Amino acid sequence: MTTRPSLNRRRLLTAGAAAAASPMLFSIARAQGSAPIKIGFPTPLTGAFSAEAQDQVRAAELAVKEFNAAGGYKGRMAELLVRDDKLNPGEAATRTLELIEKDKVDFVVGSLSAATQLSINAVCRDRKVLFNSISQSDAINEAKDWSLYTFHEALNPHLTAGAVARYAFPKFGKKVVYLTADYAYGHEMVRGFQRAGQSLGMQTLADIRHPLGAADYSAFLPRIQALKPDVLVLCNFGRDLVNSAKQATDFGLKQNTKVIAPVLLYTSRLAGGAEAFEGILGGTSYYWGMEDKIPSAKAFNDAFRKANNGAVPSDYGALGYAGVKSVLQAVKNADATDSTRVSIALRQLRYNFYKGEQFYRKCDHQSVQSVVIVESKSKAMKDKYDVFNVLAIEPADEKNLRSCDELGHKITT
Amino acid sequence: MSEITPQLLGIQLVAGIALGAVYALLAIGLSLIFGMLNVVNFAHGAFFMVGAFLGVYALGLTGSFWFSLLLVPLATGLIGLVVERFLVRPLYGRGIDYPLLLTFGLSYVLVDAMRFFFGIEGLPSSTPAALRGATDLGFGFFPTYRLFLIVAAALVIGALWLFIEKTRYGLIIRAGARDPEIVRVLGIDVAKVWLLVFGLGTAIAGLAGALAAPTRAVNPEMGITVLAESFVVTVVGGMGSLPGAVVAGLLVGIVFSLTSLFAPELAELSIFVLMAVVLLVRPQGLFGKAGQMG
Repeated sequence: MTTRPSLNRRRLLTAGAAAAASPMLFSIARAQGSAPIKIGFPTPLTGAFSAEAQDQVRAAELAVKEFNAAGGYKGRMAELLVRDDKLNPGEAATRTLELIEKDKVDFVVGSLSAATQLSINAVCRDRKVLFNSISQSDAINEAKDWSLYTFHEALNPHLTAGAVARYAFPKFGKKVVYLTADYAYGHEMVRGFQRAGQSLGMQTLADIRHPLGAADYSAFLPRIQALKPDVLVLCNFGRDLVNSAKQATDFGLKQNTKVIAPVLLYTSRLAGGAEAFEGILGGTSYYWGMEDKIPSAKAFNDAFRKANNGAVPSDYGALGYAGVKSVLQAVKNADATDSTRVSIALRQLRYNFYKGEQFYRKCDHQSVQSVVIVESKSKAMKDKYDVFNVLAIEPADEKNLRSCDELGHKITT
Repeated sequence: MSEITPQLLGIQLVAGIALGAVYALLAIGLSLIFGMLNVVNFAHGAFFMVGAFLGVYALGLTGSFWFSLLLVPLATGLIGLVVERFLVRPLYGRGIDYPLLLTFGLSYVLVDAMRFFFGIEGLPSSTPAALRGATDLGFGFFPTYRLFLIVAAALVIGALWLFIEKTRYGLIIRAGARDPEIVRVLGIDVAKVWLLVFGLGTAIAGLAGALAAPTRAVNPEMGITVLAESFVVTVVGGMGSLPGAVVAGLLVGIVFSLTSLFAPELAELSIFVLMAVVLLVRPQGLFGKAGQMG
């Protein structure tokens, strides 16, 4: 498996060309009188989240491969059209528009930031093309951004932060300091924690905002040290999380304080190393190590390993798999490829593709799913993939989401 | 804020000095190259980043942090020599924007080179075992490695000062900066002096990267913010002034640290406000000579 994005795309194109040229497939397609089912896949192949994005593509390709191996839909094969949105909302909108207008995609799955998914959603909504977002966001569930064609396979900050808070605050104490990246995602995380923390008697000592992309946190840490919190919550993401976790470790904060990252990603942990993340606890949508408890996780991991030289899927990667697979399953269930009918089928879908039972809530199309609480390992690791202990899995439950009313949805059926 | 104690202020000050030590080290290389060659080196942050990568790589290879600290400045200095000889030298005498654009492009090349060799995610770095943990300063605990950073930066800056002020080569460098024509007339090859100065500047940038690597994630883009910060420091200190780079480095570190304590949201802004104020009151910077950018 190659890791260069351009090669990935090229490989895809050749694969597509080969499929089209292959006489058998060609005759089937012609017999049905129809083209492949095209799924547009905008994601930031370059930029700060490129490692996560490339794993999304690998897993999405796997979903397509499985669909095609099972005969597709009435002989129609699926095809993934991957585009680099460069983590830029404008670029994401342009690429999505091209995918819809020029490449005539049937559906769009993808995105890896709160901002790009909203711009992709806006383009798809206007053109009535089904979009399944595989990146965390609270806003996409709210009525003003939502449409019949908007689906959200990923977790949202409210749910993730809530699950981590419900697990951690009763265990580690109630005095909390937040170190928060100063942008929408960071603020959403803090809100999620505070909502869940209220009923648990949590007490916020300080919410310290740091600039997005800061490399040095040493100037913020002495005050946190002096406040002596029970829990320090790092409400940031990617490299910011790696740097702040590393420096909090250097300052000896972990001796008296439990450090929590609401979203603890497999890829961040790999980039930051065992030492920086030692003992840090957090929430995630998926960890491959769930496979000894959940059979569908085992099946997904094995298929992914086989396709990727033994590598395991990351959390965001797995979302790419589920995002594409659910749409393709809905095509079969709806016996149609138009977005409206597939949307109705998706609303009725109950699926267990990789992490246990999931379904899309009727009012906002949020995927109701479990949240995994993990802790970073630093000892007794079996191999390089063995980075977390699974502490708990909060089962899927609608009551952990914000209510349909609160999100502004009038119709709840 | 009621929780602010003298102890906390003390630790915050030390944190600022540790930050300032790295800023000073970065700015001194930038200022050296500008002061002597009149080249605004936009690849300085990239040399810092390359130094960080090579430091982590050499540490993994040799297992010795100290050896990597020796190896890295040699390597980035060597890259600097090649860059000066074959890329920057043809542009002398063509105005300040030519080498500026060249080094700007070079920074992209270096970033992509590191992506190519080490991957887009970067490398995990760890603190050398001997310098792990925190040290009791009497008024609070502070990471030992960051105390080491202050000492290391002081040593490098001290050695550079001795070299420039007290040695024969230093004398030639100073003379070459003041009047290259006369130095040439005296039979000294000025081209060699410039080559050496550029190499020295990039060597110090690389060393700063290797020193900073254990405190942060090493990734190909880490030089970008660093470049902006080191320009702020050189502008505050005065473009081309070495004492200016040191004083301004510490000043910027302390201002950032104290603002972080009282108004964390404004920390990033504070150093730019400092720069704006200095530019308004003293456009040539604290220690700068007027009119050098012309």
